Amino acid sequence: MRMRTIEISVGVFVLAGMLGLVFLAIQVSGVNFSRGEESYQITARFNDVAGLRTRGKVSMAGVTIGRVKSIEVDMEWGDAVVTMQMFGSPGKLTTDTGAKILTEGILGTRYIGLLPGADEETLQAGDEITDTQGALVLENLIGEFLTNLGGSK
Amino acid sequence: MRFNVWMNSLGRASMLWVDAMTGWPRLSDLALVVQQIYKVGFLSLIIIVLSAFSIGAVLALQFFTQLSSFGAQEAVGIGLALVVLRELGPVVTALLFAGRAGSAITAEIGLMKTTEQLSAMEMMGVDPLRRIIAPRIWAGIISVPILTAIFNMVAIYGGMLVAVEWLGADSGGFWTGMQEQVEWWEDVGKGMLKSVIFALLITWVAVFQGYDSLPTAAGMSMATTRTVVISSVLILATDFLLTLVLYGDL
Repeated sequence: MRMRTIEISVGVFVLAGMLGLVFLAIQVSGVNFSRGEESYQITARFNDVAGLRTRGKVSMAGVTIGRVKSIEVDMEWGDAVVTMQMFGSPGKLTTDTGAKILTEGILGTRYIGLLPGADEETLQAGDEITDTQGALVLENLIGEFLTNLGGSK
Repeated sequence: MRFNVWMNSLGRASMLWVDAMTGWPRLSDLALVVQQIYKVGFLSLIIIVLSAFSIGAVLALQFFTQLSSFGAQEAVGIGLALVVLRELGPVVTALLFAGRAGSAITAEIGLMKTTEQLSAMEMMGVDPLRRIIAPRIWAGIISVPILTAIFNMVAIYGGMLVAVEWLGADSGGFWTGMQEQVEWWEDVGKGMLKSVIFALLITWVAVFQGYDSLPTAAGMSMATTRTVVISSVLILATDFLLTLVLYGDL
């Protein structure tokens, strides 16, 4: 009888531990288990991503519609190739969609903002966004400002 | 001279661990492990839950008062989660476990040795390493990560109660900010990895101190004290090294 109580207690204990892990996975780190959800990938080239991280938001009009999957550098052209995992099925974003790297909140989290285009044709899986604008880097801005200041004299 | 004594102890401790843990575990040992998990794990739940709740609450309070001067109350969630998952969860759980369960293991084994139960087992042809030492080590390795997961959950929940329910931070910002920043392996996984390593250290120190204690009342009190002191110092020192290896750019 005593052994039985011990076994039940240990079972409850292990279960509580698993519950803790599930809580940490879903509620705290936001792991998405629903793999069945449809998604597709598109890429974009930026001259500078400055602090954009994988799993960062891709949003349009402030609504998250995708996540940054990977960021690589193209040594030949000297720009960054960002692969984005978009939710839903392809065929909604036009080929002249614009992509911009923006900053959010006090911590300066970088995310990608998409601007709607007007073209007839739409982006398919694996397509590339051509109309892009990289992150504003403060040092470059100041540098430009100083050159302009010098030039206007 | 002192150095030689230490090296001698380290050598004997290593041999004890290897002797106890090598060889295939038998199914009949499982009942012993379950019994030990009950003793060191289940019975430590109350102290872990209470400490986790207080730590989560006080962290949230500190973060909130500091961050609200920048108007960034929602960042409480991120700060709380990262601090708890990466450092405080594994470390505080390990320290509490060393005090609550490590000392008990040492005292138990030490008393068994003092009353010559260990020698009696050997006389009967029962290997005390397999029957006494190994189940306690396994129980520790299984219990500490479970306790750490529970600690993390309760601490974050406690912090949420203080920041969101009491002080009025926005609950949406609290959780989504956390989910954006916290990575499954980088933060949760590496924290759990730390706790497994701490469990190895604590149980190793505890069983060796018990097994190696002088068979007197004074010897046992010394061994119990040593277990708590050595494992606490080891936990904190190892934590620094682990953080350096896991998170530092080496």
